[in-house]
Formats: sequence, C-alpha cells, structure tokens
Amino acid sequence: MTESAQPAGLLIDRVSKDLGGRTIVADMQLEVHAGELTCLLGPSGCGKTTTLRMIGGFLEQDAGSILIDGADVSRLAPEKRPTAMVFQNYALWPHMTVFKNVSFGLRLRRLPRREIAERVEAVLELVGLTHHIQSYPARISGGEQQRVALARALVLEPKVLLLDEPLSNLDAKLRIRVREEIREIQQRVGITTVFVTHDQDEALSISDRIAVMSGGKVEQYADPRTLYREPATHFVASFVGAMNFYTGIVGDGMVELAGGLRVPCDGVSGDGGGEAEIGVRPEDVQVTTGGEGAEAVVLREIQRGHYKELVLQLGDAEARAFVAPELPSSERHRIRFARAVLYRDGVLQRSHAPVAVR
Amino acid sequence: MSAVDGQGVALGGLEHAGLPVARARRGRRPTVRSVTLRALGVFVVVVLLLFMIGPILWLALRAFSGLWQYPQFLPSHWTLKWWSSVFADRSLGHSIQLSFEFAPVVTFASAAICLPAAYAFSRFNFPGRRVLLVSLFATNAFPKIGLYISMAGVFYSLNLMGTFLGVVIVQLIGTIVFMTWIPTAAFSAIPRSLEEAARDVGAGPLRVFFRVTFPLAAPGIFVAMILTFLASFDEAQGTFLVGIPNYITMPTEMYTLVLNYPEQAAAVFSILLAIPSVILMSLARKHVMGGKLAEGFQIR
Repeated sequence: MTESAQPAGLLIDRVSKDLGGRTIVADMQLEVHAGELTCLLGPSGCGKTTTLRMIGGFLEQDAGSILIDGADVSRLAPEKRPTAMVFQNYALWPHMTVFKNVSFGLRLRRLPRREIAERVEAVLELVGLTHHIQSYPARISGGEQQRVALARALVLEPKVLLLDEPLSNLDAKLRIRVREEIREIQQRVGITTVFVTHDQDEALSISDRIAVMSGGKVEQYADPRTLYREPATHFVASFVGAMNFYTGIVGDGMVELAGGLRVPCDGVSGDGGGEAEIGVRPEDVQVTTGGEGAEAVVLREIQRGHYKELVLQLGDAEARAFVAPELPSSERHRIRFARAVLYRDGVLQRSHAPVAVR
Repeated sequence: MSAVDGQGVALGGLEHAGLPVARARRGRRPTVRSVTLRALGVFVVVVLLLFMIGPILWLALRAFSGLWQYPQFLPSHWTLKWWSSVFADRSLGHSIQLSFEFAPVVTFASAAICLPAAYAFSRFNFPGRRVLLVSLFATNAFPKIGLYISMAGVFYSLNLMGTFLGVVIVQLIGTIVFMTWIPTAAFSAIPRSLEEAARDVGAGPLRVFFRVTFPLAAPGIFVAMILTFLASFDEAQGTFLVGIPNYITMPTEMYTLVLNYPEQAAAVFSILLAIPSVILMSLARKHVMGGKLAEGFQIR
C-alpha cells in the first residue's frame, strides 16, 4: 500500500443512531487510517456493535455520514459496500462446504472458475485451512470456523474489514493465539480494520489505536500505550486496566489523601492546586525498603504467578499493588507512588494543558 | 402411517426394555429384582406393540377374510374378492384418482399462499403479528362442521358448491395452519446473521432468500408440505359438504362404503388410504431426521 498521502481509510463523520427511543450512538467522530487496526472498546451497550453495523450497512444512521477512502457509503446497501464483516457467531452457511462458503461472494461476481479456485486456495492458505476445503462448518472446530469466516471476508479484498467480537466464542488459550493470527494477517494484507471487543486485554495487544466508548460516545481515541499511561477520563482509567482511586491534594513530591495520610509520589500527570481525584496503577504502588514511605497494613496477599498482588490498608482507603513475587511477606510495608494521574470532573489534568483535554 | 410409526415405537421400546437386562448382566447374578424388571420391560413392549399394530393387523386380516365369525380367533376363509371388488368398482377407482389430484393441488396452493406469510411472520414485526398468528388456530378451535355449514351459504352465492375450486378452498382451511406455523418456526430458527453474511459478500435480498434462507428452511417446509398433503388427502367433512355429488374423494367415499358395503371393503379401502401416509412419513424420516441439513441447525 502506498502511504504518501495517507488518505483516511474510514471516516465516521458525526454519526448518530437512536434505537427504540434510546440514543445508542451520539454524534460520533472517528477516523481510521488506511491499513490500521482500530478497536472499538467498551462495556456492553456502549454502542460499539451498533457503530460496526452502521459501517457494514446493516443499520442506517440517523444523522452524519460514513466515508470509505473518501467516498460516502452512508446510503449503500450492505452488498454494495466495500466492507466485509466477521460475525460474532461466524455465521457460516451450514449447508455449504468451506470452499462454497469462501467462494460464495466470488461466484456471485461471476468470476472464472479457475480464478475462484485460486483465490479461495490462496486465502485458505493464509488462514491455514487448506486441508478443510471440502469440510462442512459443523465438522470443524470453533477456532477453525472462525478462520473460515475471516477467509470468507478477506477473499473479496474489501477496503474495510469489520470484526464483531470475533473471539468471544473461543476458549481463553485459543483466543490469544487467534487474536495474534488475526493481527498478523491484518498486517500482512495491510487492510483497514475495525475490531469490536469488550476485552481490554485483546484491544491493548492488537490495536494500532483504540477508541474507548461509553454511552454512545468516544471517551478517548489513542494508541494503546497512551491509553494506558494517560487515560483521558475517569471512565477510561477504570475500564482499561486496574486503577486505585483516591481523593486528595497533590503537593511537592507527595500526595495527601483525604484522611490526611501523606504518600511520597515521584511523578504526577497534572498540576496541583486544590482537591482532585488521584489515580494510581497497581504497578505504580511500590514497596520501599530504605527511603521514606507511607505506612500500609497488608490485608491480603494474592499469588498471581509472575507477580504478587497486595491488598493494602492505606489510611482510610485501600490500595492494590502489584509487586515482585519474591518480596518477603510482611504485615506492614512502607509504600510510595511511582506515578499518579489527576482528574477533575472526571477529566485528566495535564501539566502542559491544565484545562480539559479531549 | 401407523405401520411405520408402530415399528419405530416398538424398536424404541425394546431398547428401553434392554436397560434392566444389561444391568442384570453386568451384575452377573440375576436377582429377583432384575428378573422382575426384565419381565416388566418385556410386558411393556408387548403391550405397546399390540396397542400400536394390533388395529392394523386386525384391519389387514379383515381385508383378506372371507368368513370370520365371533368365537374364531382367525378368519375361516381367506379371499381377495374385496380387493378385486374395490378395484373393479369404477366410482371407487375414480375417487382414488380424485384424491391424488386434490392433495397435490391443495399442497402447492397452500405453499404459495403460506410460505410468504411464514417468512413475513418470522422476519418482520408488523402490528397485529401475534393476533394473526394465533388466529390461524381459530379455524381449528371449534368443530369444523359448524364452520363448513356457515361457509356453504357463502359458497352457494359464489357458485362454488360442487366445484373443484370450492373443494380446494375448503381443504385449504385445514391446511394453512401447518403450512404457516411450521415454516415460520423453520425461518425463525435461521440466525439472521446468516442472511446478513450473505448480504455482506454481495448477494441482494432475493439471492439471499434463494441461496441461504430457503435451503436452510427446506426441511421444515418439506415436513409442512407432507403434513399438508396428508391433511388434504384425509379431509372428509368439508370435501363431502362442498364436493358432493361431483367430487367424491377417498375419505368421502369411505362414508358410503361403511354404510353400504360389507366392512371388508372398508378395510381394503382404509389400507389404500394409508399407503400414501406410510410412504410420505418414511420419506420424511429419511430426509429430515438425518443428513447434514439437520446437523447444520446445531449452529450457534
């Protein structure tokens, strides 16, 4: 793919949708660069699947428009759109073999038989399923059905690939393997992709960018690292990863929690000045051995394999900390925060941009 | 119909009765309990067998019996004369032919009317949908003969009495329920995403119906068509009322037979009436119970 001009692969332009008198998607704005994989991440009912179905043409938006490579596709029927969807339940046709399933779209386009056979074989090779070409969907495993669905979508060489929670029917181990496969194939083919999921782990591990949605709005649209390090809103901070929340005041090299306890803090996202919500990731709650630290009582210790989770009583509040598994057990620890993020009215406070950032 | 059913049930019964047997064998030493259970199982099977195929056996014997008087267990004379008299009687032969004309016509007419309705019932949510669906049962809810008699008035004024079309219409009343409800269920069982996936790869709505929806609903539609065929084939009351004297089908002929002929002729006739049912039921079993279509419905 040539990327000189970087045209928008997919543009969702001020799209709204009401269903049954409820606003599902509200004035949504989202741009997916050509060749990028974007995740729509959010709890159920946040509008992510509705958005995907509008891109695919299965629902018509009430307002706004959807552009693919600069062309407005808003009013096109699903069969006319350059999109291909992988459905949550795969939606393979049970009365057709894998070959027939994958070739259906090509046969509709009346391509020569040889070309159809070649393209189907090439795409089945890509997903590693050539040995099942004559099997019926009911005869192959869930993971394999999933890959047939992916092959069926890819064989048409769509401009935008849509995936609707494609991994939710797989068991945990397989899910991780298949998501890596999907990412690998997506990058090899270089296809603009929208991936809907409610699993933050999935989103963080395969996306170029993630749009966290809540109540029909995009709360934050950023790459996985930024999303995790600087969650733009309180919602994003609590939805993506674990986060300890306190109310308190930020001072010089420390934070003072509501109960009056002072905890040393190495870095803060935003300026001090009055009370704020203070978010600290569990891995940023550190046990100090020598230096200064706030007194914390250990309530519980949970072995997590490659790390240990501590539940601590910190003044009036609780704190969760992820520490090295070899840390000796103790009834008390002295702790400090490596890094904290500040929120006022649920919006991230940054030192270089003290006002709300969206 | 009953012959095949009887077999199926009897086999099922044997398997069931086999359970205590297996348990006893595993235990090596037959106890009083296991022997009783086993005897009970055999007893149940025998009773079931008698219940299911007893009447048919009796009917079959009847059709070939010359003289069969009360205290005798089996007929004292065997004869084929009832068969030859049934086949020789021109009006009986004609009624058989008529039945085989009406049943297919009614089946395809109800398919043409009901299948689009069934699709609409399963795929669209329009006002009055539930009421309409339930009201299809209403025709079966009260004695048909009352309905037919009030219909007769309308039919007279429309000149439908004694016509082919009139008989078809009166038979349709009984068949639209099968032909609507069963295909509605069949269409509803097809996940919408299967149709959406076909739209997604470029098929228009009509293509989607003929390439995806219809093939997947076919077993259900097939069953509905068989039931419709049999319902039309066996329908007597309405056909009698509307068709007489021009159109006398096999079931209506039965009335005359039972009243005017020796009962052996009626037995021959009921066996003839049962033949299409037996054939169609075994077809349905073969095509619907097994095969990849049934398997496909296990999709999540």
